[in-house]
Amino acid sequence: MPLLEVRDLAVRFSTRGKTVYAVNGISFDLDPGDTLGIVGESGCGKSVSSLAMLGILPPAGRVSGGQVTFDGEDLLTLPDERLRHIRGNDIAMVFQDPMTSLNPVLTVGRQLTEALRTHLDMDKKEAAAEAGSLLDRVGIPDARQRLRDYPHQFSGGMRQRVGIAMAISCQPKVLIADEPTTALDVTIQAQILELLRTLVREEGMALILVTHDLGVVAGVCARTHVMYAGRFVETAPTAELFANPKHPYTVGLLKSVPRLDAVRKQRLDPIGGAPRDQTSEPTACAFAPRCAYATSESWEQLPVLRELDGATGAAAHRVACWNPVPERDLVAAGIRRPPAEGQSSAGLGEERPA
Amino acid sequence: MTDTQQVDAAARQDTDLVRVDDLKVHFPSNDGLFFGRKGNDIRAVDGVSFTIRRGETLGLVGESGCGKTTVGRTLLRLYDPTAGRILFDGEDIASLSGRELRRLRRRMQMVFQDPYSSLNPRQNVANIVSEPLRVHGLAKGDEADRRVHELLDIVGLPAAAANRYPHEFSGGQRQRIGLARSLAVNPDLIVADEPVSALDVSIQAQVINLLEDLQNDLGLTYLFIAHDLAVVRHISDRIAVMYLGTIVEVAPADELYARPLHPYTRALLSAVPIPDPAVEVNRERIILTGDLPSPANPPSGCRFHTRCPYRQPTRCDDEVPALRELASGHTASCHWAENIESGQIQPRQDAVAGPPGGHPDAAAPRPVG
Repeated sequence: MPLLEVRDLAVRFSTRGKTVYAVNGISFDLDPGDTLGIVGESGCGKSVSSLAMLGILPPAGRVSGGQVTFDGEDLLTLPDERLRHIRGNDIAMVFQDPMTSLNPVLTVGRQLTEALRTHLDMDKKEAAAEAGSLLDRVGIPDARQRLRDYPHQFSGGMRQRVGIAMAISCQPKVLIADEPTTALDVTIQAQILELLRTLVREEGMALILVTHDLGVVAGVCARTHVMYAGRFVETAPTAELFANPKHPYTVGLLKSVPRLDAVRKQRLDPIGGAPRDQTSEPTACAFAPRCAYATSESWEQLPVLRELDGATGAAAHRVACWNPVPERDLVAAGIRRPPAEGQSSAGLGEERPA
Repeated sequence: MTDTQQVDAAARQDTDLVRVDDLKVHFPSNDGLFFGRKGNDIRAVDGVSFTIRRGETLGLVGESGCGKTTVGRTLLRLYDPTAGRILFDGEDIASLSGRELRRLRRRMQMVFQDPYSSLNPRQNVANIVSEPLRVHGLAKGDEADRRVHELLDIVGLPAAAANRYPHEFSGGQRQRIGLARSLAVNPDLIVADEPVSALDVSIQAQVINLLEDLQNDLGLTYLFIAHDLAVVRHISDRIAVMYLGTIVEVAPADELYARPLHPYTRALLSAVPIPDPAVEVNRERIILTGDLPSPANPPSGCRFHTRCPYRQPTRCDDEVPALRELASGHTASCHWAENIESGQIQPRQDAVAGPPGGHPDAAAPRPVG
C-alpha cells in the first residue's frame, strides 16, 4: 500500500451563486522517498489540491468527492483533532510566502520550540537545542543566535529556510512544497532547491512539489503530473515526460518557454486562447478550444488518463488525450532530439551551437 | 526617399537614443530601525553607464534590490538622479523641467509589471488608453476614439474592449491594454519593467511576441528589465547585468550566454533551471552563498566579493574593478575575468553542486525508438 493514496479528489468553490469546479478528479500514489511534481498554470487547481488533502481549504471551498488515504486512514473523514495531529507530524507544508506560516510577533525560536514541544513532547531545553540544529540543518548561518530573531529580520531566502525548518521539525513523512521558490531570486532559488534535494535524499521524506515552473520540476522531481483545468492531463517519469511529451498542452508549455541552453528562436510559440473558465464541470476535453489536434471526439467526450506504451508502475506514462502529439511534430518542435546529440555536456556555453 | 534622406536616416541609426553616464541614484534613509544603519543613504544605483541604440532592445537583468527598476524609472525622470547624466536623443533630461520635460516624456513610456494595479479600475479602456492623448493635448473627441480603436487593434484586442473595464480582462489582456496606453503617444523608447513576470508561461509568450512585432512595425527602442534570464535573452539584442547598484557585465545577448565573463553572470546563468531533466542532471551549478548585501553599506572593493566563489585574496576586497572591454562589445568588471575564463582560477569547491547523482531519476535521454 502506498504511503499516500489520492483517488478521484474533487474540489468545488461556491461564490455568489456561482460554482467553480477547481479540481475535477485527480488520483495519484506517493511512496516514501518519492519526489512528485505537479505542474500547471494559475487556476489549474494544483494548489487547491494540496490544501484539500490537508483539510485546510478556504471557507468557500469544499471537497466534493474522492478519498485521500494516508497510512490507512482517510484524511477527508478524520475528526479534526486527529487530522491536526497528522498535519505537521506526518505531512507538512511549505508555502510560497513563508510569512503565511510564520507568526510575525513571535521569535523564530519560540515558534520552532512550540511545534517541537506540542508535537514531539520535548522539554524546553531539548526543544531549544533541536530548534538550533534545525536552523543549522537548513543552512542558516549562526543558527543558535538567530533563534532570537523575528521573521521580518530574515531575508526572503532565509525566511523560506525557516519555513522549511518548521515543516521538517517533526520529521514528516510527506513534505508538500507549494511554489516554494516562486517569490525568490534565481540564485536563492538554486539554494532552496538544493536544500530540498538534500533533505529528500538524506531524510527519506516523500516530496510533492507544486509549481508552474517546468525547470524546477526537471531538476527535483522523479515523476511529474501536468495539470490543466482541474485534471491531470499527463503523468510520466520526469525524464520521459520532457523527452517524449504526448499531451498537446504539455508540448505547448515546453514550446512557449524560451530556453537558456538552446539556440535562440526567432519567435516563441504561445498556446493560443485563454485557460478554461471553470464555472461548469468539464464534459469534454478542457483543452480542446486551444488545441491544434482537437477532433470532434475532443469536443464531445472527456478523455481519461490511459497508458501509452505498455509501461506500468513507476515507469508508466499516461495521457488524457484523444489525439496525442505524433512523434514527427515533437522532432519538428525540437523537443525530441536524436540520441547522439542528446547526450549533451553540462555547461551552458558548450551546449549551444554557434 | 532621396539619397540625402537615406544618409540622414543611416546616420541617425548609428547614434544612441539613450546615453547614461555615471548615473547615481541615492535614497535618503532616515529610519534607523534595522541594525542601526542610521543615516547611510541607500545607494540604489551607484555609478552606472550604458547606451541604448535606436531600435534595439537592451535587457537589464539582476536580482531584486540590484537597482534595475530604479535605473528604468530614473530614465523617465520618475526619480531624480543624484549624480550623472542621462542623454535622451542628445538632450540631458536631468536638467529639464516643466514643459521641456513633458515634451521629452512624450517620447518615452513605461510598461509596468503588475497589470492589476497599473490600470485604474474605475476607468473604461477607452479612457485609460486615451489619457496620454489628452494629457499631451494630441487628440480629443472623435479623433481620440479613432486612435483608441487603432491602438486596440495594434495590440490585438477587439474594438468592443473600449467600453469595458479592467476587471473584465485577464492578466495578459490587461498587459495589452497597458501597452496600448503607452503606444498612444507614439513613443521612441519604452521602458518595460518586468512586463511578463506576472503572467502564466503560455500567456507570457503571447505578450513577448507582441512586443517583438510592435518593435518591428513601429521601430521602437526597448529597455527590457526582468529577472528571468531566458526571457531576457530571447528578446534582447544586448544585455546588461546589474549587481548591487552597478553594472558588472554588458554583452550581446548570445555572447553573454555563451561566454559569461563575470563570476556573478556565471552564477546567475547556472542557477536558472532548465526545463529538461537530461540537462539538469548533468549540470554543474555554482551555488552562491548568502544574500545580497545592503545597498546602504555595500562591500568594499568588488561589490560581489562577499559572495564570489572565485574571490582572490586582498585585491578583490580592496580594489574596485572597472568595466573593461574584454571582447568586441563585451565588457565586464572583474579583476580576474581572463584567468577565470582560461580555467586558471577555479571556483571554491563548496560552491559547486552537482552533477554526481543528485537527481533521483538520473536517466539519460531516451533513444528515439
